[in-house]
This record gives sequence, structure tokens and C-alpha cells, in this order.
Amino acid sequence: MSILVIAEHDNVHLKGATHNVVAAAAKIGGDVHVLVAGANARAVAEHAAKITGVSKVLLAESPALADSLAENVAQQVLALASGYSHILFAATASGKNVSPRVAASLDVAQISEIQAVDSPDTFQRAIYAGNAIATVQSTDAIKVITVRTTGFDAAPEGGNAAIESIAAVESVGLSTFLSREVAKNDRPELAGARMVVSGGRGMGSAENFKILDPLADKLGAAMGASRAAVDAGYAPNDWQVGQTGKIVAPQLYVAIGISGAIQHLAGMKDSKVIVAINKDGEAPIFGVADYGLVADLFQAVPELVTAL
Amino acid sequence: MKVLVPVKRVVDYNVKVRVKSDHTGVDIANVKMSMNPFDEIAVEEATRLKEKGAVTEVIAVSCGVAQCQETLRTAMAIGADRGILVQTDVELQPLAVAKLLKVLAEQEQPQLIILGKQAIDDDSNQTGQMLAALLGWSQATFASKIELGEGVARVTREVDGGLETIELKLPAIVTTDLRLNEPRYVTLPNIMKAKKKQLDTVTPESLGVDVAPRLKTLQVVEPAARSAGIKVQDVAALVDKLKNEAKVVV
Repeated sequence: MSILVIAEHDNVHLKGATHNVVAAAAKIGGDVHVLVAGANARAVAEHAAKITGVSKVLLAESPALADSLAENVAQQVLALASGYSHILFAATASGKNVSPRVAASLDVAQISEIQAVDSPDTFQRAIYAGNAIATVQSTDAIKVITVRTTGFDAAPEGGNAAIESIAAVESVGLSTFLSREVAKNDRPELAGARMVVSGGRGMGSAENFKILDPLADKLGAAMGASRAAVDAGYAPNDWQVGQTGKIVAPQLYVAIGISGAIQHLAGMKDSKVIVAINKDGEAPIFGVADYGLVADLFQAVPELVTAL
Repeated sequence: MKVLVPVKRVVDYNVKVRVKSDHTGVDIANVKMSMNPFDEIAVEEATRLKEKGAVTEVIAVSCGVAQCQETLRTAMAIGADRGILVQTDVELQPLAVAKLLKVLAEQEQPQLIILGKQAIDDDSNQTGQMLAALLGWSQATFASKIELGEGVARVTREVDGGLETIELKLPAIVTTDLRLNEPRYVTLPNIMKAKKKQLDTVTPESLGVDVAPRLKTLQVVEPAARSAGIKVQDVAALVDKLKNEAKVVV
């Protein structure tokens, strides 16, 4: 068996999620190759070559691959697909964008967001917002999979795989990249953060959300939000933790003013330690929190910042 | 131009499903069913494009059991002009749905197909991308804004770390994210009107599509439960626990 892992990157840095996907590939077992599809992305390939368990890095460089347009990246993966038994993407915005396109072109099912590998053709994945875990078996010749990164500990670095430049595909010409607005901050990326501070509807407004900043700064935490807070316009969508947002499993998850709807719990209940601060002592979030504090968050959060 | 909007009938957002005791699936007998929330956003967006005059007809499609008619009626109450039901009792997986929609797209020739990014039952997040692949069309997933131009659609997408805007050649596939719009409440007069709208029924066989599942579900179990911890009295006690018991902060 050989497994192709599609690297997640921005042409400069390899995203941490790739390490988790390599770990999932190692569980499946076989020769693990990583594809870096980008433009001027050699630094990314060099980083990928260091991940333990990777035997070869394939580097495809072309302006057509600079902006991760789904049509072009899918074409690049398809050019290699026949040589592999498994093709793995991270279950991130970009992985989910491309992976089903590859699968359908190969006339195979895609298996979404696996969180455990039972055997090379059998995997576990959450359904119904994490209220049930399904074990599914694929009957297809090539398994196209997205990997929920929190299900697999990141593969360590220490390897030294060969980097092979391969022919890059031409642009399919269906879509054009226009612009990107990236929120600028010094905080860690939510999906892989060791600490997360999350606010919910209880924050009351976008303005009030700012009282979480000093806490996140002190903890070195990424910022998150519940769907209710995103819906209400208090926080940007890419902060959303939950079934339809990001799935996180940090060392410490601090839920502030979050009631704990099922769909939110689905996104954070694998965190190592969960702290909840909410003025409603009956809120479901206390059912999963290791440490609950029934308090007015507008008093408790500043106090916490001072005490830490 | 025509817009096609596929809609899925799923267990209502507010229902907490239970795993069946024989572990063959979740128990959906006698639970409330509704339109997948992301599909509602898709119908709303198509309807708004029509109200703006950019679109001439909105066609809702649903694939599944006979009761999906109700989902189609809801789509028509929001604003879809007519509905097509692909009726089958077979468990439909995303690849099969994409194949059914491909045939309908070839028949109806829409310039745009708007789908929900993900259904809240199987949480697959696949059908739109698969349909784009099968049709050889451009795609923009996780849309928070759609603008139609001459032969193109400009779509702003929710990506990790922010937003990106891409331009698609039409015909195109767009999948909706949460912030694209807030679907309207359907009013009683519109529900009554929707009952009179055209609803055609076809089958996978009549469309010539093999919908046999490719993934076999071996078992479905409850997730490992996380037990509740303790409540602390005040911030000082919380900090003490975090430092000395959990040791997650120093």
C-alpha cells in the first residue's frame, strides 16, 4: 500500500495539520508520500521531508497552484492518484474543498473526518454533530479521506525524506483567485492551539468580546466562539468551534458565556481540560467542564486575568 | 438564468438523536424532520438572486423518501418556483446524490447550483464538490457572499484564518456557509401558495443512475461520555486548580 498525504500550506509554511494527517497515514500503514502542490513552495517541501514516517515528498510548483484553487489542486492530485491506495487530506477548509472533488473524479466515495483507523479500509467518524460515532468500511479501490486532526497526535519531526520535483498541471481555467483577507494577529491558529479561549452569546456584543483579549494574551491562547456568538455577529466565522466550524482539542479550553449546545460540544469535548464560566449554573456546558465557575463573566474574566 | 438548489430532509436541528440499541444506526422513527439548515440558506440565496432580477427560475431538488416532498414544499414556500423529487428508499450517499444531480443539471441546464456546505446528519460536506467534479464545473465552497456578473460569479469564501474571494466561470457550483444570509420565516400564505407549485417525481432508475452505497456502516455507537467535573467557588479557587491540579498553566 502507498498513501499520498496532501500537504496543507501557504507556500511559505507547512501547516501543523499535515503532521496529524501523516500520523493517520502511519496508522493505516504503508509507504507515505506527501504532495506539496504550490508555487515557490520548496521551503514547505523541505519542512514536510522532516516529518517522521514520510518516505518521499513530491513537489509540484506552478502559478496555477499558488492559491489552492480546488479545480487545479484536484487536477494535480488526480495526475498522481492511480499510484496510491489511499489519498489523505486534512479536514480543514482547504482539504474539505478539494478532497470530494478528487473522490468523485475517481468515482469513489470520500470518507469525511475520520478520527480513528480500525484497518486500512475501516475507519471511525462522528455523525450527528458528534452524537454518534460510525464505523464505516470502504469498498472502493482508492480510499479518499479527510482526517480530523484532533483524532491523531502529530507525527514528530526527525525524518529526512527525499524531495522529488514533479510535473505541475496547467490551470484548468475555471476559477481565478481575486483577493484574501487574513485576520492579522499574533495568536496561534485555532485548529492546532494548545490553549483556546472561547466566547458565546453571553458575551453580549462584539465590543464585549474584547474583554477576552487580555485573557488570551496571558494564556497564549487562540480565540474561539460558539455558533451563537458567530450568528449574532460578535465574532468572525473562522473562530467558530463546533460541528459546522472547527474541531479543537487543546490542553486547556476556556468556555466563557457559552451555554454548551450539542453542536458546540461536538467541537471541543476532546479538550484535555475544560473550564466553563457562566452565570447560569444549569447550563449544559457544566456537564462537560472539569472546572465550572458560576459567575458573571464581566467580573470573573478580569479577575482571572489578574490572578493568572 | 436558472438556479438549481438541492435540499436534504434531515433530523431537525434541535433533536438530540439516540443510537439504536442494536448499533445499526440512530433512531429517527417519530422524530421531527426539517430541511438541512445550510440548504435553507441556499434556497434563501437563490430566492434573493431572483428577487434582484439576476435569476429567472429557482428549482428545488430533493433526493430520498416520499416525505422529501415536504422539504420541497418548504423550499417553495421560501421562494423556489418548482420542485423535483428523486424518490427512492435506498440510503443515498453523497456520491450517489451528486450523480443524480448531475443528470438533473444536464436536463435543466442551470447556470448556478447552490447547495448547503454540509448536512447535519451525516456531516459529510461532499456533495457540492463532487457535483462540480462530475459536471467539470468551477466551485466555491463555504460562501459568505455571492455576486453575479456577466458569465461569472464572484464568491467570498470562509477559509481558515479569514476570507478569500474568487471568480468562477459560469456554470458554477456554490456551497453555503452560515453567514451568507439569514433565511426568512415562511409565512402561511406562502405555504399555501407553495402547495400549488409544480412538483415532479422521478426515480434513480428513470435517471439511469446507480445509487448503491459505496460505504458500509458496520456499527454506530454512542461517543465516549465526558463526565462533569467540579464547580469551584471563585476565581482564586479556579486558578489554584488550573495550576496545582490540572497543571495546565504555570
